[in-house]
Amino acid sequence: MNWIDADADAPLTLRINGVPHSLRIDTRVTLLDALREHLALTGAKKGCDHGQCGACTVLVNGRRINSCLSLAMMHVDDEITTIEGIGSPEALHPLQAAFIEADGFQCGYCTSGQICSALGMLDEAAAGWPSHVSGDLVSGPALDPGEIRERMSGNLCRCAAYPRIVEAISSYAVAKEAAA
Amino acid sequence: MMAFDYLRATDAREALDAVQARDGARFIAGGTNLLDLMKLGVETPRRLVDIGALEMGGVEETGDGGLRIGALVPNSDLAAHPLVRARYPVLSRAILAGASGQLRNKATTAGNLLQRTRCYFFYDPAVPCNKRAPGAGCSAIGGFNRIMAVLGTSEHCIASHPSDMAVAMRVLDARVQTVLPSGEQRSLTLEELYRLPGDTPHLETRLQAGELITAVVLPPPTPGRQTYRKVRDRASYAFALVSIAAIVESDGGRIARAALAFGGVGAMPWRNRAAEELLIGERSSRALFERVADAVLAEATGYGENDFKIPLLRRTLTAVLAELTEAAA
Repeated sequence: MNWIDADADAPLTLRINGVPHSLRIDTRVTLLDALREHLALTGAKKGCDHGQCGACTVLVNGRRINSCLSLAMMHVDDEITTIEGIGSPEALHPLQAAFIEADGFQCGYCTSGQICSALGMLDEAAAGWPSHVSGDLVSGPALDPGEIRERMSGNLCRCAAYPRIVEAISSYAVAKEAAA
Repeated sequence: MMAFDYLRATDAREALDAVQARDGARFIAGGTNLLDLMKLGVETPRRLVDIGALEMGGVEETGDGGLRIGALVPNSDLAAHPLVRARYPVLSRAILAGASGQLRNKATTAGNLLQRTRCYFFYDPAVPCNKRAPGAGCSAIGGFNRIMAVLGTSEHCIASHPSDMAVAMRVLDARVQTVLPSGEQRSLTLEELYRLPGDTPHLETRLQAGELITAVVLPPPTPGRQTYRKVRDRASYAFALVSIAAIVESDGGRIARAALAFGGVGAMPWRNRAAEELLIGERSSRALFERVADAVLAEATGYGENDFKIPLLRRTLTAVLAELTEAAA
């Protein structure tokens, strides 16, 4: 058995945005703290640190999770994508551009999480996953504003930019659909 | 967070041996509830055995037309599974009514069943709680207790069970499959799995030390309409004040079969078969539904701020029964 002892830092390699990163951490370090404090990937934010606000949302194997409620050690086999891997100031992801276009933020603290969450959410909807507000469980959902609001309810925005966040996600989804 | 040893187990045998071999060891899978509680110092395991890499996923049909759900199947995958959506819509609906998209992607089937109460006082190590520290006292009794249970409580604990999924599992007569460190396997109904608080509110299940849930098995779906109705303080991402999972089959204007389970109101996911029996063979009527509510609520106790749950459960139940017995349009 390969126990990692509580009192010693242990080597760990995480694949983040397509690049392997080696670090030494103790067992308590969350995925969020590994990203922010050990690898200087500060796009994912620490809001509540209890899975309630969504500011820490990243994609793990393409699926959105709260990185604050996961141990870094749990992700040795995973492909992690953070906002830094989604776009850059020089080459914005179209959803980032849509947030700017729709004025989908004020302070910006929740935005990385909103964007990572929205990308995960759109894949879930494309896979036909229903939501709490879907009238019919069996046929695929139509992504109207009500569906977007329900599916994004795990991402809080204290500036309450919600109407424009929904607009940004909606306009991106419509443009993506038209291009497909 | 208190320091802990960590092992990423490669198979179930290693996980069972690891938890048994070291004191204070706990299994961890999704971790969405356990890590939350560890950050607060409510849970203080000295060792964690990560079972996330074990082969305990997958949803498959059983020989009798039921469904076997691996313990590690994420809540999202279960809610979206085509067979669950088509045959057990009450289960999809219950899961989708709980938590957020991110949490449902990480939280597992077995972990959902074993999540702890969200009682404010359980979550706050600065105040007495019999669930955290047996004998310390209950801060909810006589304190702020709006979210607490009204059924199955005791003078030692009035915490409510928080799960939506487990309410649907209960109405569907799900069974939990487990393996013990000895290798022996067991199968428990949810009624057998959960304990009422009594004078030992720190004991929430009948799982033995080191026992691991491997799967949840649903019997074949029964005929009838299914629904999950959840009443909460906001439209999304909130725990139930009252929820009802219901399956009702009508035949020639009379109720042929009924199953009802309740969330937000019980010390465990609640069911009352005697109340269900009152419906069988009867024509639907407001008076009948009120009698069923009387039976469900006969032993209900309010603790002040949560008194409202008693009439709220009554109204929600009569509305659900009216909806499910209404003639098809």
